[in-house]
Amino acid sequence: MAVLLTKESKVICQGFTGAQGTFHSERAIDYNTNIVGGVTPEKGGTKHLNVPVFNTVAEAKKKTGCNASGVFVPPPFAADAILEAVEAELDLVVCITDGIPTSDMQRVKREMKGCKTRLVGPNCPGVLTPGIGKIGIIPGHICKPGRIGVVSRSGTLSYESAVQTAELGQSTIIGIGGDPVNGTNFVDALELFLDDDETDGIVLIGEIGGTAEIDGAEFIKSWSGKTKKPVAAFVAGAAAPKGRKLGHAGAIVNSGAETADAKKEALKSAGVTVADTITTIGDAMRKAMKI
Amino acid sequence: MDIHEYQAKQLLSKFGVNIPPGEVVYQTHEAENIVSWLNEDKIVVKAQVHAGGRGKAGGIKVCSGDEQVVKTVDKMIGMKIITPQTSESGKTVRRVYLEKGYDVQKELYLCITVDRETGGNTIIYSRKGGVNIEEVSEKTPNEIHNMKIAPGSDLLTHHARTIVYNLGLKGAVAKKAQKNILSVYKAFVSLDAAMIEINPFAITKNEDVVILDCKASFDDNALYRQRVVAEMKDENEYDPLELEAARHDLNYVKLDGNIGLMVNGAGLSMATMDIIKYYGGEAANFMDVAGAATPERVAAAFKLIYKDPDVQGILINIFGGMMRCNDIATGLVNASKEVGLNKPLVVRLEGTNVDMGKEILINSGFPIKPVDTMEQAAQDVVKMVKENR
Repeated sequence: MAVLLTKESKVICQGFTGAQGTFHSERAIDYNTNIVGGVTPEKGGTKHLNVPVFNTVAEAKKKTGCNASGVFVPPPFAADAILEAVEAELDLVVCITDGIPTSDMQRVKREMKGCKTRLVGPNCPGVLTPGIGKIGIIPGHICKPGRIGVVSRSGTLSYESAVQTAELGQSTIIGIGGDPVNGTNFVDALELFLDDDETDGIVLIGEIGGTAEIDGAEFIKSWSGKTKKPVAAFVAGAAAPKGRKLGHAGAIVNSGAETADAKKEALKSAGVTVADTITTIGDAMRKAMKI
Repeated sequence: MDIHEYQAKQLLSKFGVNIPPGEVVYQTHEAENIVSWLNEDKIVVKAQVHAGGRGKAGGIKVCSGDEQVVKTVDKMIGMKIITPQTSESGKTVRRVYLEKGYDVQKELYLCITVDRETGGNTIIYSRKGGVNIEEVSEKTPNEIHNMKIAPGSDLLTHHARTIVYNLGLKGAVAKKAQKNILSVYKAFVSLDAAMIEINPFAITKNEDVVILDCKASFDDNALYRQRVVAEMKDENEYDPLELEAARHDLNYVKLDGNIGLMVNGAGLSMATMDIIKYYGGEAANFMDVAGAATPERVAAAFKLIYKDPDVQGILINIFGGMMRCNDIATGLVNASKEVGLNKPLVVRLEGTNVDMGKEILINSGFPIKPVDTMEQAAQDVVKMVKENR
């Protein structure tokens, strides 16, 4: 069993007929993802990429039995699209959209409290399970089936990690995204990989800003006995100046705990093998796994 | 996006926050009118630049009498403010704010910001406000309090009451403070702010509550619906290259080193800065060619980096994913022709048609060195820049 995206997943795309939705759905279909339809308001009843288009997520679920969605809706409408999928009680919503106002995501967070849907993102590359399919924009050809779970705040660094762990292969790659308020975090992803029989080792890619990596380190520290799995990590932004936002809305150092060095130290003290540069993350994983 | 102190105060006053009477001036001669309009014994003259620590850098002067105010304004306009939060060359003062001065009895601290741990907001506050707040938080962290507000929830009266109580206020002044805190929070939420910091949140000798200094920054992603805030952007406060980058939708931040960077992806861009530092160099910029790394965008980004006089060598690191490397290489060669490339350029491309891409770069006739790995790229560019000096 891979995590999040499995053989049973039936996937729709919200913002299906838009340029981004179309481009990446085509690639997901090429990657054999079970795309059962899509949602674009006003375009219900038509067909796109050989699958049906619906006006609402609820309708898509009723007609196709879909349980997962990829959101490619423009930023001003993306939070609403997420909540529409949540209300339709899908199991998994992956939001790729970059640039959603923080207060919109705070609202999403409030509405999602205690609900069963899992949100990944926003501002993330998505989720990919080699051999099964993908939701999002991770290039399929760089990922190989295998037993390493990858969780990353950065898209391109998850690609680097996939390339460097190519001979081990990946069970699932999860991009949790670079926004300050998001759905799935490191602890959630670590929990999924820890419980997954098909994952033997975990690559964690963090960056400056926030304290999600420290929370991850605390969680790893609490592992014991048989339930342990080797973890390798890299934290981007060691060369970043304080107080300047570097690209991702969340990548800004405001306090000491948010620096790359503080996060690397926390991970090291939790027994994680920390790579000095992103180019050695594959070596770090092999070292952690003693191979 | 950051705004000036006086702009932040203007915004807050619309929500009922008590701010001192004041007015901004751009030129010395405007000051005389403002002084007579204010008609106060004590007037504070404040340099308006986007940087903290102005007071210690000579950017805040308390004056009395028309003559002293005008003289101070005259000195301040055009002066350079250098603080730990500016670059070494500092920031030029173009606007000066004149406001009523108060006799202050207590300087408190209040800051609202997004709380990444809970996804809500957090209010950070302290009895020990004033210019040494950073020292307070370092040496006596128990003096800094925290009130977390759940995601999407309002700040309620009982929250504000708790804050005021912890700030040691009682009676009428406590009521006033409570009202001001609720108003600041309302402004924070209504305006899509990312941070509003009030320091000092002052109690005057007359038991009044007034916001004496205020810094505010806003969520860039929400500016499309915050017109009033968006229009407050002062382009003089930004590096010209950063402004040009913004026009091309490029994520660019000017830094202090001499190796120009062009990368796709924010994470990879940071990791490239890191690896350059690891091998003893220093990046001149952060650059994420956000979105699709098309040949046109790559060319625009390249020309921008090339323009930076600090740049002595360039490293390009593109993980193509779905882009074709030969297209990117063609874009680069065309841009090199346009600028007449004569600085060392190291290129690492990964993705489809990578060999075709390398071929194009090698045969370009320009000093472009294609390499296979990011490690090699970083080592080479650091070495070439050092040799070139």
